[in-house]
Amino acid sequence: MAEALLSVDKLTMRFGGLLAVNAVSFDVRAGDITALIGPNGAGKTTVFNCITGFYKPTGGRIIMRQPEGGELELAGMPGFLINQRAKVARTFQNIRLFAGMTVLENLMVAQHNTVMPNVARGLMAVFGLGNFRQLEEAAIEKARHWLDRVGLTERADEPAGSLPYGAQRRLEIARAMCTDPRILCLDEPAAGLNPRESDELSALLMSIRDDGCAVLLIEHDMGVVMRISDHVIVLDHGVELADGTPTEIKANKHVIAAYLGEEDPEDIVEIVA
Amino acid sequence: MFVTTQNPHTGGSLAYALQQLINGITLGMIYGLIAVGYTMVYGIIGMINFAHGDVFMIGAFLSLIALTGLGMLGITYVPLALFLTLLFAAGIAALYGWTIERIAYRPLRGSFRLAPLISAIGMSIALQNFAQVAQGARDKNLPELIPGGFKIFEENGFVVQLSWMQIVITVVTVALLGLFTWLVTKTSLGRAMRACEQDMKMTSLLGIDVNRTIGLTFVIGAALAAVAGLLFLLYYGSINFYIGFNAGVKAFTAAVLGGVGSLPGAVIGGLAIGLIEAFWSGYASVEYKDVAAFSVLIVVLIFMPTGLLGRADVEKV
Amino acid sequence: MSKALKDAGISALIALGIFGAMVGLPTVVGPGGKLSLDPQPWTVAIIVAVVFFGRLGIVLWQANRKPRVKAKSTTHSKYTVANVAGPLLLAVAVVLPMAGDRYLIDIGILVMTYVMLGWGLNIVVGLAGLLDLGYVAFYAVGAYSYALLAQTFGLGFWTCLPLAGLLAAFWGMLLGFPVLRLRGDYLAIVTLAFGEIIRVVLLNWTQLTGGPNGISGIPRPTLFGLKFTLGDGPDTFAGFFHLTPSITYRVAFLYYVIFGLALLTNWVSNRLRRLPLGRAWEALREDEIACRALGINVTTTKLTAFAIGAGFGGFAGAFFATRQAFISPESFTFIESAIVLAVVVLGGLGSQIGVALAAIVMIGGGEVFRDFNEYRMLIFGVALVVVMVVRPRGLVSGRTPSVSLGRGGHIAADMMSEGHG
Repeated sequence: MAEALLSVDKLTMRFGGLLAVNAVSFDVRAGDITALIGPNGAGKTTVFNCITGFYKPTGGRIIMRQPEGGELELAGMPGFLINQRAKVARTFQNIRLFAGMTVLENLMVAQHNTVMPNVARGLMAVFGLGNFRQLEEAAIEKARHWLDRVGLTERADEPAGSLPYGAQRRLEIARAMCTDPRILCLDEPAAGLNPRESDELSALLMSIRDDGCAVLLIEHDMGVVMRISDHVIVLDHGVELADGTPTEIKANKHVIAAYLGEEDPEDIVEIVA
Repeated sequence: MFVTTQNPHTGGSLAYALQQLINGITLGMIYGLIAVGYTMVYGIIGMINFAHGDVFMIGAFLSLIALTGLGMLGITYVPLALFLTLLFAAGIAALYGWTIERIAYRPLRGSFRLAPLISAIGMSIALQNFAQVAQGARDKNLPELIPGGFKIFEENGFVVQLSWMQIVITVVTVALLGLFTWLVTKTSLGRAMRACEQDMKMTSLLGIDVNRTIGLTFVIGAALAAVAGLLFLLYYGSINFYIGFNAGVKAFTAAVLGGVGSLPGAVIGGLAIGLIEAFWSGYASVEYKDVAAFSVLIVVLIFMPTGLLGRADVEKV
Repeated sequence: MSKALKDAGISALIALGIFGAMVGLPTVVGPGGKLSLDPQPWTVAIIVAVVFFGRLGIVLWQANRKPRVKAKSTTHSKYTVANVAGPLLLAVAVVLPMAGDRYLIDIGILVMTYVMLGWGLNIVVGLAGLLDLGYVAFYAVGAYSYALLAQTFGLGFWTCLPLAGLLAAFWGMLLGFPVLRLRGDYLAIVTLAFGEIIRVVLLNWTQLTGGPNGISGIPRPTLFGLKFTLGDGPDTFAGFFHLTPSITYRVAFLYYVIFGLALLTNWVSNRLRRLPLGRAWEALREDEIACRALGINVTTTKLTAFAIGAGFGGFAGAFFATRQAFISPESFTFIESAIVLAVVVLGGLGSQIGVALAAIVMIGGGEVFRDFNEYRMLIFGVALVVVMVVRPRGLVSGRTPSVSLGRGGHIAADMMSEGHG
């Protein structure tokens, strides 16, 4: 079994009186596609937002293992550092592209930290100093690479806002990948996609995984989840219901009960049998 | 305003503080009335109505016109004159409020945040200069209509006074705010306003006339501002076309301090600003009293970005 | 038609209410300070009539209008406004002083100053999408820094110019740091508050700033040591070049100084726009949350925009001080911030040429109306409202991408987001 890249340890998130996430623990392993599933309101996006630094968890730890050894505590780290230092990238449920900028520009913004490591370098570049030119060209190359991977090369100079929905989703993934992440977190990437687009998405995610980037996704499309995930975690009402391979999850009666809304899991066994 | 004619440093310190408290609360009420207009409009359409302070100024001028006119017509019974003036000023100011919204903001609604802001600034400049051109650039003074008051208590020769004018301001403000709270919580208009605040599209889909609701929000805000104008005129006895800017910025500060979108916040913010101003003028320096109020605003926003009573806007990620 | 009449009738009634009292019943102060009213029924009647017929006309025109076609999202024409108007304006700007008319050059200086201020604020508001209502604060810091440095240390304009800019930028960072994380409108009111605080401090800290009397005797700039006085000694411009001394030379020189400064602002902005920093600013304006998820330090990015914008404001302020040779807090009111912001928004966010055009129209227009005196500001306010309602996105809207693989086009403004601060 591969080593855990990211360990979520008793993560808790409380919003005033509402306990959205209750002591959830799971591992994301390198070289895996991990899926976080559960009925609506289960707390999946909340967990995501904690991992990616948009919420500060009320309790628990999120530990990211570094390649050189050592650990980073993600809980409470500012969002931008989680991407910059811990190399965790994400996409959003409601696509957040830079609509007024072109497809290429979106990908270039993602490589901001590579091309402009600090403000001083950035200002020096105004006067033509520094190796800005080489860095920018390398960035364009990487952008081109990802444009090819997601099939958007033809549309590189179009404003991102004018792209059709499926293309926008792919662009968001390409943009996240341009930050060279070690974990790619996707919030409902298959939402609104037709079957052909879902297949393309599945192929893309699997190739990303094969290249060495772990994938963590929230998804409602069970077809996609079962097809590509190596590891599935089920949440319901902020609590972890199950954790295992897709086959194990499919047979888990608590999971089925949660989705079908049955009170007593024994009734489900009757129905399913 | 007769309460500040005493030497601030000869009297007893408790008495002095109490006087500042009274003055501050009175001033705060006026700011509060104006602040309510700002916070209502911001709550419902998310824009800063820059011209609101100038509607307050117009209200003050309208009051002046009415009182002068009534005086010329021979109606000198003060309560009647004030009542008629209040109706006149609030009514005409309501027209102003509605028209301003209709002309300068409604066409820009839902577009682009900065355009209504510039439009509002333009409207503010236009109103100020309109008043200057129409009514003249000089200060206009009104003799004291509600004189006198009574001593509260005395300490070491410093007399703490509560003037009738201050009582009138308090009573009128409390009554109006009470009426307004009833309106917002118990009537269908109030419900419509609150619905619009939450989700405008949904509200219109439910059959509520959103344009009318927003228009009425402006109307009510303008009317309240006009009453504040009348009270200001009576309290200070002197107005000019520029009072809108200063009072407007401070009242907006009050609204933000209390938490924009929160009605009790606007009132509390108004009182806070009034008290800060009074105490700073009384104890530190009069010149820097505006700076004191603004500094408090900045400090509060740094540590409590949504104001004292504001809702924390949790943006959906 | 009857509906139109009813509509016009209601408008006329409303106009009666609005103008009837304020215009129709002006208060006049008689002898002894007693107030009375001086009714102006005919003025009101005329206004109401104008409103009636105007509204009638508008309603009828709107009923017969054809629907407007939505513009394309990207255009690929070779002739953008920037390409055509830019060089033209540049040429006009270069040769303007040759006309020799001092009044014209003075207007040129005024317009150029606002163009520079507009380009400076454009970095903050147009590119980064930060709502700044207190830009005049940096203008003031620049002006007073130069005046005080010149007065205390006897330094010349060219030495003080970069110092003034640096001080203003530093001030920008100081001011920006605690407040830049505030949401749009809160940021607006806080920056406005800062502007007002600075004005009040300048007005009252008499020891340092001279209070309402301001600072006078501020030295004028020299051209490599040549002074622009009316004498003709060897160390003066006139003397050195063997010309008859004339005040026009000094005015023309000042014009070229501000022109140069403005061009510098423009050049730096354009450079930054194509660099990662400028791209990050525009991305910030589009979607701050996405920026954070991409590893961009939003606070630092906002601060650099704020500070650089402030720095240019400081340069402009130093120039203002040297041009007038006298400064007082009167010149640094909120109205100045409003005018510069109006120039930026009217120009079309982020567009350099738009800002220049807007400044020319607004400031130039203001000069044209100077004879109308008290009506001038009234017309200005009304014009602002009208222009915003008619063209909210500004004169030159849309943006050109900063990097492209093939032929980059021009993106329409509808696609762009205006930023939330």
